[in-house]
Amino acid sequence: MARSTPERRRKARVKAGFSVYYVIFLIFVYGPMFAMFTLSFQGPRGGTSFPMRGLSFYWWEKLTGPSVVGDLKASLARSLILAVVVMIITALLSTMLAMAFRKRFRGSGVLFYVVMAGLMVPGTLLSLGLATLLRQIGIPPNWWSSGLAVHVVWTLPFGFLVMMAVFNRFDSTIEEAARDMGADEWTVFKEVTLPLILPGIVAAGLFGFTLSYDEFARTTLLSGAQNTLPLDINASLTQRVQPTLFALGTASTIFSLLMIALFILVYTILYRRSR
Amino acid sequence: MTTVESYPKITRIETAPRGLIGGAPLVQVQAEVERKYRREPGFPVFTLITPATLWLVVFLILPLVSIFIFSFWKSTGHGMVPDFTLDNYRAFFASEGFFDSKNPNFLTPSIFVRTLWSTFRFTITVMALCLVLAYPLAYFLSMQVENFKWQLALFLLAMVPFWTSYLIRAVAWLPMLGRHGLINEFLLAIGAVDQPVSFFLYSEFSYTMALVQLYVVLAVGPIFFSLAKIDRTLIEAARDMGATPFQIFREIIAPLSLPGVAIGMIFVFVAVMGEFATAVVVYGGKASTTGTVILNYYSNANYPFAAVNAFMLMVVMMIGVFIIFRLVDIRKEL
Repeated sequence: MARSTPERRRKARVKAGFSVYYVIFLIFVYGPMFAMFTLSFQGPRGGTSFPMRGLSFYWWEKLTGPSVVGDLKASLARSLILAVVVMIITALLSTMLAMAFRKRFRGSGVLFYVVMAGLMVPGTLLSLGLATLLRQIGIPPNWWSSGLAVHVVWTLPFGFLVMMAVFNRFDSTIEEAARDMGADEWTVFKEVTLPLILPGIVAAGLFGFTLSYDEFARTTLLSGAQNTLPLDINASLTQRVQPTLFALGTASTIFSLLMIALFILVYTILYRRSR
Repeated sequence: MTTVESYPKITRIETAPRGLIGGAPLVQVQAEVERKYRREPGFPVFTLITPATLWLVVFLILPLVSIFIFSFWKSTGHGMVPDFTLDNYRAFFASEGFFDSKNPNFLTPSIFVRTLWSTFRFTITVMALCLVLAYPLAYFLSMQVENFKWQLALFLLAMVPFWTSYLIRAVAWLPMLGRHGLINEFLLAIGAVDQPVSFFLYSEFSYTMALVQLYVVLAVGPIFFSLAKIDRTLIEAARDMGATPFQIFREIIAPLSLPGVAIGMIFVFVAVMGEFATAVVVYGGKASTTGTVILNYYSNANYPFAAVNAFMLMVVMMIGVFIIFRLVDIRKEL
């Protein structure tokens, strides 16, 4: 039976203190976003700060029309296509890499650090290096070529870490059993390994999708003549800031949140099924 | 004790080639035995790593190497030509009249060195703030929340902003910090100030706030994971032996969470060092970071000088990461 000892009360107080801190932290992290959400419903005559002058969808409607920085729908489409391709490549490459790292091999230490470097090297440097290199060779940059290249460099380490975690908890005796019963490598992979690691692969891919969809620093100098959505948002910052930008930011954030929800949902379903 | 597994090892040691002093190292013999007796299962490593390795060599290593090479080339005003000149480096380090004792600029570092220095100093401030904010949060999630489902949910809730656009999160600070922003309205309402305070936006304050908010989640994740991994029986044992909460923290929790802290700090360090967009959004482009300098020289088509700035940034970052790596062995953690 729980008795109220001084020790217990002290613990409860500490926990309450930390809980309050957690809430303050959330306000700090989410607060500005909520201010932006609210202001995107500003009345037609309102500005980019409080107070609200009426409620309207005025600025949201302006989103669908022609915008100051160009065709938002086209850049959204480009961002989505790029994110899907990055997702597939990330899932594939990170699974292969993590499978290789289940064994010890020569140069594994170096390769590990090279993969992690993709996460460490700032986008500015990567963008500058590849852009000047392409310029010197005479290849024009494009969002679907050089843009894709640096996006995968950025997403691969995340996918790789997810798959490493998956294989760390992986029971390889089932694979051994399949091998002992005469299955060849492809059969083992298709029938035993793949179904078990599928949630991980999906997680790695969706991780890649959201990171690519929001990527900005690496794409800056490498998207060529056509912008992705984050680049368009950046371009609109040089114009006078209007609540349209808040509507765009809100829409984009909601989309990201939906993707994360989908990611968690798919992972949970597949994880349950694989048990 | 002789088990089935140890049997071949024992016979091998007896027949192992003799060195100058005693037998050859045991490890080598063991590896030899393993090679001989165990079939390598799974797909060949070479096939698995080749695509990713090629991708990273061409799109990660080559660009970084070319930054180094281009930093010695010569700018022609609209492009660059191969050369081996140190002029770019001289311009980076020394300001006009650096070696002239009569010049007021005598031995004054150039604006680029000072920019890099202020970027670095600023990064250290942001790192410290991120650590102070992230550690208690990670501690709360890993040590105080006992239900696993709650732990995961609260952790994800704190981490979600990482997956949203950081550009938009920077923009979201505008309605908070401006002269008519929420913070000013709040301060006016409670009577803390008579007039709106203008230093909130486009100042070092707004820049710090925004950067800490943008990158603090990078520190929360790794610290949380390393705290969650700590074996609880260690803490129980220490408590049973009469350790105070402070002693438990100092002797067990702090040292064991150090790798996570190191990884988190590396993430924040490299992210803030390379930062350029936030400075434009919430600092109004008033101050430059090395990142903005690089992009300016790129858009002015002075590629070699952009490369010099980029290379020096890279050097500072590598030194920083190296120091953190020296302090903590990180690979053990992963």
